[in-house]
Amino acid sequence: MTNENLATYANLSLYSAMAVLTLSMLAYAAYLAGLLPAREARAESAEGARERELVAAGGVGASGAGSGGASAAASEADGTGVPVRARKAGGVAQTLAILGTLLLLVSASLRGASVQRWPLGNMFEFGVASALFTMVVFVAWGMRRDLKWLGLFVVAPVLILLGLANTVWYTEAAELMPSLKSVWLVIHVTVATISVGLFAVGFVVALLYLAQDRFGADRGVLRALPAGRTLERLTYGLHIVAFPLWTFTLIAGAIWARQAWGSYWNWDPKEVWTFIIWVVYAAYLHARVTRGWRRQSATWVAVAGFVCIIVNYAVVNVYFVGQHSYSGL
Amino acid sequence: MSLSTQPTDPRTERDDVTQPTLGPLGLLRFAWRQLTSMRTALFLLLLLAVAALPGSIFPQRSIDAVRTADWIARHETAGPWLDRLGFFEVYASPWFAAIYLLLFVSLVGCVLPRSKVHWKAMRSQPPRAPKRLERLAAHDTVTVDGAPDEVLEQVRGALRAGRFRTHSHDATTVSAEKGYLKETGNLAFHLALIGVIVGMAWGHLLGWKADIILPVGESMANVAARYDTLSTGPLVDPADFEPFQMTLTRFDAEFETDVQGKGQFGSPRDFTAYVDFTKSPGAKVEKKVIRVNGPLETGGGTAFLLGNGYAPKITVKDAQGNVTYSDATPFLAQDNNYTSVGAVKVAGAGPEGKQLGFAGLFLPTAVLDDQGPRSVFPDALEPALALSAFEGTLFPGGRPQSVYSLDTAEMTQLENKEGTDLLRIWLTPGQTYTLPGGQGSITFDGVQRFAGISVRNDPGKELTLVSSLVALLGLILSLTIRRRRVFVRVSPADEQGRTVVSIGGLAKDDDEGMGEQLEDVLTRLKERS
Repeated sequence: MTNENLATYANLSLYSAMAVLTLSMLAYAAYLAGLLPAREARAESAEGARERELVAAGGVGASGAGSGGASAAASEADGTGVPVRARKAGGVAQTLAILGTLLLLVSASLRGASVQRWPLGNMFEFGVASALFTMVVFVAWGMRRDLKWLGLFVVAPVLILLGLANTVWYTEAAELMPSLKSVWLVIHVTVATISVGLFAVGFVVALLYLAQDRFGADRGVLRALPAGRTLERLTYGLHIVAFPLWTFTLIAGAIWARQAWGSYWNWDPKEVWTFIIWVVYAAYLHARVTRGWRRQSATWVAVAGFVCIIVNYAVVNVYFVGQHSYSGL
Repeated sequence: MSLSTQPTDPRTERDDVTQPTLGPLGLLRFAWRQLTSMRTALFLLLLLAVAALPGSIFPQRSIDAVRTADWIARHETAGPWLDRLGFFEVYASPWFAAIYLLLFVSLVGCVLPRSKVHWKAMRSQPPRAPKRLERLAAHDTVTVDGAPDEVLEQVRGALRAGRFRTHSHDATTVSAEKGYLKETGNLAFHLALIGVIVGMAWGHLLGWKADIILPVGESMANVAARYDTLSTGPLVDPADFEPFQMTLTRFDAEFETDVQGKGQFGSPRDFTAYVDFTKSPGAKVEKKVIRVNGPLETGGGTAFLLGNGYAPKITVKDAQGNVTYSDATPFLAQDNNYTSVGAVKVAGAGPEGKQLGFAGLFLPTAVLDDQGPRSVFPDALEPALALSAFEGTLFPGGRPQSVYSLDTAEMTQLENKEGTDLLRIWLTPGQTYTLPGGQGSITFDGVQRFAGISVRNDPGKELTLVSSLVALLGLILSLTIRRRRVFVRVSPADEQGRTVVSIGGLAKDDDEGMGEQLEDVLTRLKERS
């Protein structure tokens, strides 16, 4: 049933994606580094940008400052001596990120073709798909607004994830076990992985927001980021897209569980964790509008949510005994 | 207090601090306010997440009773204590219930008043425009052609085109509001969650599930006594079960043989149960298939294929050659290669009034080496039985016991002919072993598969599903729609025939699109004038 050749090509494509993404990560790092040298000028311009944004936020012009902060200021100030090197590195990084994402897509598709099924059947395939969707979210979003400041912080963890998938979780291409042979695999697991991709980018932005809040917006690489308010809003924006998708994952999983296991809710460890993640992110959305809760504290709840996702993936799949035991390990 | 103009109460003067006193009713009201506050709800949400954790770490009795008992036995001190605290039945424990019930009370207490407020808001007009629109976070002023009242009419049109509800409290202003669906969605989401939990409770009260192990060739009827296990909700009467019947005619199992990688070789690939199904006695027989992802709707519950294994046909004869036991005996799989345990209980008493029992392993692809007897592949390629024999009383005290193991409390294990070692019987299909001491013989006739069928009925599931879909829809509305108020005031400009239009926007929470919204209204206004 399995086509070994296609599986080999899928792996080759994966290695190429990793190589391309590594270069992309280096280029993003060069971009950030390139922004830093002209310290005085940068600091001033960042200050200016923040002032401008504060002013603009008061009026109709607020829309223009949406992409605000220092990086917007950087592009504005291009003519007046923002390092050309940084701009070049940023462009290269973005192109490479798109190429790497396409290669990941090719890899996942070839894997699926080699086993003639949806390529989301074991830990290795989840890992690759999560990396793919995280990159898709980042790249697609990056086409709508300038996200070069975020590149390094997204591509680096994606590379770590791919490395783990390739070494620790690698599973040979094979058919599925009977309980996974269902159209709900496509619906439930794909939506789950897409929302994980969104949560992942949201998590990275949340951490950057908290880091900037903790260490100050004028320290090191944090200067190259948008203003704190913008970071916080971006975090929220990502989470309100991801949360309904996660809710759908929960519902679709319950429908499938009823078909495959006879009951829509079995308190299986994986179900419990999916529920815990849902509750934690629901708490984040509530905390954000609760009086007496600061935005920073609310953002920590979102961070806790993603920690739960990581546990759900890396610990529950492998070590907890339950009906979701299809890690392939 | 010192600024109060009220005459001072001599009693309070004696106290240094005056405290507001709460009567029992006040205390109750205070508790209710606390419970229904957002902070409490948030705290309960986080607590719910933490409380759900142990159920994923510790084995749960309702999921795997054997593993739970095992865990408690292995942890002599912690086990019984955790058991008392409900850690092995977390989701039915009082503390878990306390959290989610408080959460739902808090939710109801929060959502019902809000529903009332929202209902009123939806039927009332947008509020009067504030005096100074330039104080609003987003605002703008433009001057356009036309008399003030004409311009005001155009403003109204522009706002309505932007799907605003408009109202003029006086001749120079328009108040407009939109995004009522945000709160509608929000409330629908929370109310639907109540629907989800009511559906779950409904299913718990009126649902039932029953399991049966059915070897190929055997039949079952949907009556309580026929099932191996049956658990019913408090309001279920098994006498009302629909009288369907089915016979398992064939069972197919496929296992991975192509891929040799770790964790893959021998993995299950496909299980199919073929049954002859009769909806009610006397109805015509229908050929049906039950698969892992394809349950059978019987009309009175759904039949799921949840397990499978082997049922070796075993015959026991006494010394005279009379058959004392002959049955397809299910053995329960213990690992991925179907190393299975089971027992044969010969209930009829032997010559000295003693009963015979056999316990041991069934191995579909048997290997016997220094690691002991085990199976190396899940398919029945080289089947074998490895049994020990016992004599004595099979059911001491009539206590309930597992059909897959012997209670050897009042039994002694048989020894081999020479009396040098305990008796170990190794049988392959067709072989017969003659027991020492004229106890008769045991024959392994052949092996069949069994299907583990679970029949379940959950009348609450539709309510839960519909409620959760409503919740999802409400969630999407509440997260994507923005509640916005826009106020416009017109006043005659200094030049003749021109009008100054002041516009201001008020959003519920921070709303970076508000500026764009005002621009949009102004653009529409220009198109109209």
